[in-house]
Amino acid sequence: MSGTFVGMPAFPAAARDAVRDTTLRGNLRHATHTIRAKRANAVAELADWAELREAGKRIKDHTLRHLDHYLVRLEESVTAAGGTVHWAADADEANRIVTRLVKETGESEVVKVKSMATQEIGLNEALEEEGIRAYETDLAELIVQLGKDRPSHILVPAIHRNRGEIREIFAREMGEWGRPAPDGLTDTPAELAEAARLHLREKFLRAKVGISGANFMVAETGTLVVVESEGNGRMCLTLPETLISVVGIEKIVPTWQDLEVFLQTLPRSSTAERMNPYTSTWTGTTDGDGPRTFHLVLLDNGRTDTLADEVGRQALRCIRCSACLNVCPVYERAGGHAYGSVYPGPIGAILSPQLRGIGSEIDASLPYASSLCGACYEVCPVAIDIPEVLVHLRERVVEGGQVTRAGNKVVLQPAKGHAAERAAMRAARWAFTRPGVLRAGQRLASRTRRVHPRTLPGPGRAWSGTRDLPPVPAEPFRDWWQRTRNGKGGAR
Amino acid sequence: MRVALFLTCVNDTLYPDTGRAVVKLLTRLGVEVDFPMAQTCCGQAHYNTGYRHEAEPLARHFSEVFGEYEAIVTPSGSCGAMVRELYPRMGERARAEGRGDTLAATLAPVVPKTYELTEFLVDVLGVTDVGAYYPHKVTYHPTCHGLRGLGLGERPLRLLRAVKGLELAELPGAEECCGFGGTFALKNADVSAAMGTDKVRNAESTGAEVLCAADNSCLMHIGGTMTRLRTGMRPVHIAEILASTEEEPAV
Repeated sequence: MSGTFVGMPAFPAAARDAVRDTTLRGNLRHATHTIRAKRANAVAELADWAELREAGKRIKDHTLRHLDHYLVRLEESVTAAGGTVHWAADADEANRIVTRLVKETGESEVVKVKSMATQEIGLNEALEEEGIRAYETDLAELIVQLGKDRPSHILVPAIHRNRGEIREIFAREMGEWGRPAPDGLTDTPAELAEAARLHLREKFLRAKVGISGANFMVAETGTLVVVESEGNGRMCLTLPETLISVVGIEKIVPTWQDLEVFLQTLPRSSTAERMNPYTSTWTGTTDGDGPRTFHLVLLDNGRTDTLADEVGRQALRCIRCSACLNVCPVYERAGGHAYGSVYPGPIGAILSPQLRGIGSEIDASLPYASSLCGACYEVCPVAIDIPEVLVHLRERVVEGGQVTRAGNKVVLQPAKGHAAERAAMRAARWAFTRPGVLRAGQRLASRTRRVHPRTLPGPGRAWSGTRDLPPVPAEPFRDWWQRTRNGKGGAR
Repeated sequence: MRVALFLTCVNDTLYPDTGRAVVKLLTRLGVEVDFPMAQTCCGQAHYNTGYRHEAEPLARHFSEVFGEYEAIVTPSGSCGAMVRELYPRMGERARAEGRGDTLAATLAPVVPKTYELTEFLVDVLGVTDVGAYYPHKVTYHPTCHGLRGLGLGERPLRLLRAVKGLELAELPGAEECCGFGGTFALKNADVSAAMGTDKVRNAESTGAEVLCAADNSCLMHIGGTMTRLRTGMRPVHIAEILASTEEEPAV
């Protein structure tokens, strides 16, 4: 994915710093707890939420099962409406296509909106290398870009920043990118929003090329859909002469009627609103209105490989609502950056290791970045069983096995660093299938209880560093049972 | 009625008091309890850490030990969820891997007969007042696998509300994970400790003397954090509260 995340340390190391950052912890707790409560209310308002969730799941599963068919249908519809479709197998190909399309316009700057796909492929960096400057126009993306930062949340990429930090970033950086922040800028939301508005307005009116993502693509008409809160997206979609949309192939829905389900579940799950303020749809080009030229870049980048995995493929149902992040106790403490991807939180922990493979340290550690508490599955509006996929991916990390990479079936070796754990698991399995061995071990532990150390050696230190160990009892239950019941009952 | 007690390897080894409490409680309610001595471990730690193939022999062993009983009762939400939720999934995976129906058929008999303790009391025995006496202020933490895996819902609270002398304090953020998560506590120790600390601080804010839950593994993590933070609160398994009576009160 994005070059900005390359070389990230494994999740536990990255999370360790976040856990000790009290400002970050405070910002995240405040934001996630607020939206958590609001989402629960917004969902509770609908009597048919369970049915909507099931419908969303079914529509997505049906579409994924027939993805080839619907993608061809989409291409036909987009082409008939005056657009051009490009197919990109991976990040490099997508970046090459977009860079070429921008260069063909003769422009050297673009405005961008609503696109995690372009962050996934590192498009801004690729454009920069070719002398093209990309301006982010979503408010939170603007904060991230000005702060030379990385996004840490799907919906609120700057969730880790508070108002004071945002004021600092605006005052310091805006002048470097265009219209500077007004003198004496305070941290009141209205003033910050106005500063961003003036700064961005200049760019909207000047830009000849817009780059966007999309929340949905409707196959039957070739329509793309962006759901947003600020209206900046609509400016990006309508003002430029050329519009290039980069969208993951899984974002397709067959018909407008299918869209109806997601336009109810997405805003309630993400911003806890009954309806989002702006829903923009565009279909090819229209004379005298909107962009003259429209390109759609359909991005694979690991999605077809993910689709080949029968347990893991459910991650492709994701509609990027971020409800799972907002309820996740691990995300709340570790922050989004620890996940090493534009997709953080529980969904990122199952999406990144599938899209990118488990070759890197960070990707091999992500399936373990969860206590499997199940809160993510409970809130997911398309019922992705995230804990199930996490455990499935853990198996891939420790046992290897067959996966699909770049369309080919390959056999993965287990990831490094699990040899001692594997040996311990095997030994435990060996003992647990022999009740006599378990009993001997229990008795040994009981008899040596007076000399047990207060802190554990090796991996156990991770436990005793912050938690006391329970004392081992003088007698395990089974010995008590046999002693008091005189072996009566349970002779097996 | 005769039931098999599946105590779990953690309780058997580290928390025998919980086992004694379950026996005392069920016997008092007229249930004949058996403890199959060949029982060991359900395989959850293996399964959840990614060693599904190492968990399979343990699941098979469980089914062989408990298969003939009318009902299997366990004082652990997570081990109960392992049998009820994950054994069928293990069977399905084996089938999907072309290994036939053998594993699924072996595991199937124990799945519907396995009950978490509070579920067994409320749903099978149909009691909420078990005649217990426990004169302490208690707060209840619903553990994740009991709450979301088994859907225990209000059952443990209904049982606690019927305990004589017990004052129940509502736990803020009750449904948030305590941060144990099996091997998660070792692999992501910093995040786990941060979650545990928040859970303990929330429990402290209730002014309760005791934090009660239906899973000793979570209580081991919470209790270990409590003593390290020198809170003066105690972790107690719900079975020990429900087993406590005026004649024989638990400490």
